[in-house]
Amino acid sequence: MSGATNLRRISIAVARKDLRIEWNSRILVNQVAPFAAIVMVLFAFALDNDGILQRVAPGLIWLATLFSMLVVIQRSFSVESADGALDALRVAGVDARAIFLGKAFALMVQLFILELLLVGTAFVLYNVSMSPLGILEALVTMITATVGLGSVGTLYGGLAAGVRGRETLLPLLLLPVVAPVLIGATRAMESAFGSGGATVSEGWPWIGLLGVFAVLFVVVGAVAFGPLVDE
Amino acid sequence: MNTHSGTGTKATRALGVVVITMLVALALFGLVFSAEDVVQGSTVRIMYVHVPSIWVAYMAFALTAVCSGVYLTGKNRSLIWDRIAGASGEIGVLFVAVSLVTGSLWGRLTWGVYWVWDARLTSTAFLFITYIGYLAVRRLGGTHRQRAKRSSVLALLAVIEIPLVHFSVTMWRSLHQSASVADPNAKVQLDDLMLFSLFLGLITFTLLFVWLVLHRQRTLHLEDAFSDRGLDAAISARREEAVQ
Repeated sequence: MSGATNLRRISIAVARKDLRIEWNSRILVNQVAPFAAIVMVLFAFALDNDGILQRVAPGLIWLATLFSMLVVIQRSFSVESADGALDALRVAGVDARAIFLGKAFALMVQLFILELLLVGTAFVLYNVSMSPLGILEALVTMITATVGLGSVGTLYGGLAAGVRGRETLLPLLLLPVVAPVLIGATRAMESAFGSGGATVSEGWPWIGLLGVFAVLFVVVGAVAFGPLVDE
Repeated sequence: MNTHSGTGTKATRALGVVVITMLVALALFGLVFSAEDVVQGSTVRIMYVHVPSIWVAYMAFALTAVCSGVYLTGKNRSLIWDRIAGASGEIGVLFVAVSLVTGSLWGRLTWGVYWVWDARLTSTAFLFITYIGYLAVRRLGGTHRQRAKRSSVLALLAVIEIPLVHFSVTMWRSLHQSASVADPNAKVQLDDLMLFSLFLGLITFTLLFVWLVLHRQRTLHLEDAFSDRGLDAAISARREEAVQ
């Protein structure tokens, strides 16, 4: 019992640390969010047609999320490996599961803010619209997808942390793994937006897929993170 | 340990001779003895390479996963399991590449296109990329133990990830779009000789896989031993400098 409360306490402390570093440096606001926005504008240049943009907006939102996520994860772990902070935490006897859960939660918070921004951008730039039930579905999609992305991102970020060439390694490892999230979240978002004549009810099975992914990688991440970063 | 150079022993040489003989026989059966397909003509002969290649790839990745699991759970954490896993992973990537190339050529001849977004094709492409990532992690550097631990955890993660990707891609194809031009299940009627040639292909490629893993695993052992020796030499050189 006390072990569980301890785990929760330390996880929250790690998450707060990460979010406070983020809050002080404003990297998400000053760099990542503008990057994501410019990606959305570039998509519009590349696809060059209002009708197409409206149709593919859900996919573009999630692609922009994935690309931005790579940047956020690199940042989350460069903070740790710069002064051997991660090693220091482990030497201090901090449970690896708590580090994983804390860092994953901080990543999820940042990703969720980013997704809200991207959906907002899609509203303005791509002229998409949602019914009230669609808004609920979009929110549930974003939350489940974010839990999955945050945990799998932290797991592979931890693996790539502190090694030479991690900037190039992380996308290679991570992007194939998150393919189910891209598929599921895009389809669910299409239902929420009603793109291509999709109805809201068609989205829920995809949210189920996202849920399976999220649960699986929270559990696996908590177990595998320790062996990956302990060296 | 024996001191002769090379990675062969009597047994592996005998195996090598058998494999080469069988490859020649497979080529004869595949290209000459077996009949043309009624619908596809000679293009059906690609099957005798394509199917055994993907079979070997699946077997190789299964072996990688099993050896990684044995490495992580074993009491003495013997590096031999890591080396077999690595050797098997490399050969698996090679054979996935072979099956993707032969498959897309076959697709061009029978479907008219190199690639279709069929669930099986798509998840095979993911399999390929995933294990390229695995090989990249093996080359990250650090000590042998670090490499072994990292890559075996990653190999076990792949076991979770691959079915998930496959499942989601299948769901994508089945819910999102009606049947594609490709139906890999209903392609050919096999006569006895064709079936025999295919079977011969599977056995030949399996033995080829065993042969390659044995040698590659020993090469990896020699590479590890070489880098250890280099480290020892460097340490003793520094020590002598200090003494002088």
